[in-house]
Amino acid sequence: MVDRRDFIKKSAGILAGFGGLTLLQRSGLAAATGTEESTVMDTLSSKGALIKKTYRPPNYETPVNYFDAPFTPNNLFFVRYHNAVIPEVKAAEWRLRIGGDAISTPLELTLEQLRKDFKQVEIAALCLCSGNRRGLFQPPVSGVQWGSGAMGNARWRGVRLKDVLAGAGIEKSALEVSLDGADSGVLKTAPDFVKSLPLAKALDENTLIAFEMNGEPLPHWNGFPARLIIPGWTATYWMKHLTAVNVISKPFDGFWMKTAYRIPKDRFPSGQFRSQETGTAMPITEMVVNSLITNLVDGQTLPAAKSMEIKGVAWDSGNGIAQVEVSTDGGVSWYQATLKQDYGRFSWRQWHQVFEPKHPGECRIIARATSHSGASQPLEPIPNPSGYHHNAVQKITIQLA
Amino acid sequence: MRTLLLLLSFFAVAATAGENQILLKDRPGKNQVVGQCAICHSLDYITMNTKIPDRAGWEKTVNKMINVMGAPIDDADKKIIIDYLAQNYGK
Repeated sequence: MVDRRDFIKKSAGILAGFGGLTLLQRSGLAAATGTEESTVMDTLSSKGALIKKTYRPPNYETPVNYFDAPFTPNNLFFVRYHNAVIPEVKAAEWRLRIGGDAISTPLELTLEQLRKDFKQVEIAALCLCSGNRRGLFQPPVSGVQWGSGAMGNARWRGVRLKDVLAGAGIEKSALEVSLDGADSGVLKTAPDFVKSLPLAKALDENTLIAFEMNGEPLPHWNGFPARLIIPGWTATYWMKHLTAVNVISKPFDGFWMKTAYRIPKDRFPSGQFRSQETGTAMPITEMVVNSLITNLVDGQTLPAAKSMEIKGVAWDSGNGIAQVEVSTDGGVSWYQATLKQDYGRFSWRQWHQVFEPKHPGECRIIARATSHSGASQPLEPIPNPSGYHHNAVQKITIQLA
Repeated sequence: MRTLLLLLSFFAVAATAGENQILLKDRPGKNQVVGQCAICHSLDYITMNTKIPDRAGWEKTVNKMINVMGAPIDDADKKIIIDYLAQNYGK
């Protein structure tokens, strides 16, 4: 393990060396693996300063302190792409094509038709990158070294995918629904980023084609003009700049389903996506129960004589959060945190806990969420080759002086 | 060659200002790494993974770029690139 204080000092030095890059990542520091790039702040067009992981394709995470708000502002929402060619789609020119071998009447829809011809629905839902907190795995796992900020909570407004598909006529042979977006790789040989969903999930009443986020059109970097929303499932399925939806009779066998985004079957609940499972592996699907402390930073010093509030968020795949327990003594005793307003079972749930320090010294703070299904967070993350589903309880050490 | 020039001109357009500040270690093989890898992605993909993959891990990554992503890297450059990554950014 990297000694955190040393690391912060080192990072600060590196940042000073860059000059002008003065904003240090807050709690995300705990996630860093020691590369200078992990603390570079950068601004994409129409976005505020985010933590840059990679420039091209753009991968940027949200500083954790912004998660103190129930909904993550659009200009601070994380950005995640696999491909570097990301066209700026014009709303008037955009078309959504509905097809596939298990569709009887292929359709082409404009944004206007999508907005006007179907019932609009709004759902509060957490959008969470499968690899969020990959950078916290020990031993480290290759890939984008995300801290805790590759997620955001938003109100998504759009139309139900099932309503749109109904107009195209789904045939009995339908097995999966594949999704494609406007982005592509620099080399035409690179596999297009295409995902698929099991038919039942595509037809779930909560699966939306969204065109608004927090009351505004989707930002370019979050999928303008329309993206899929699959509440409760990790964001790899939430196709941005959606251009094609195909209902198909055979398992989709592209790289991004068959090889990438897969987890071992023996370590996580299975059965959500049978047509994509093999004997030992399956696609990542539902989020696991998780929580995050949003207002404290590991290594921080705070006054011992003052009452303080510990704040955070908790979420799962849609069972809803039953309780969040907070310990301020490294797990010896636990308090029930107060859960704040419930925005629906797919939204994260904010929580807070007042802490009255008794004496100066080191203080180990832990938060642990439990869902209504009874699942709760493990003490250590569950190892898996690609570093997904990091949901270990967070341990923050602060100094009281 | 024409394709390569087209690709390189695209890269020149696509590269962001910030990514020019990413400095890879100035050791033998750097030119091949910059020339090939930066066609498709910024070089922070490499520095971000410093000391995470060992030689076998970097070899697997380079093979994935060639076999899955279609990176046009010939065998001679492939060896140079793997050596560079393993020696300078390997575990």
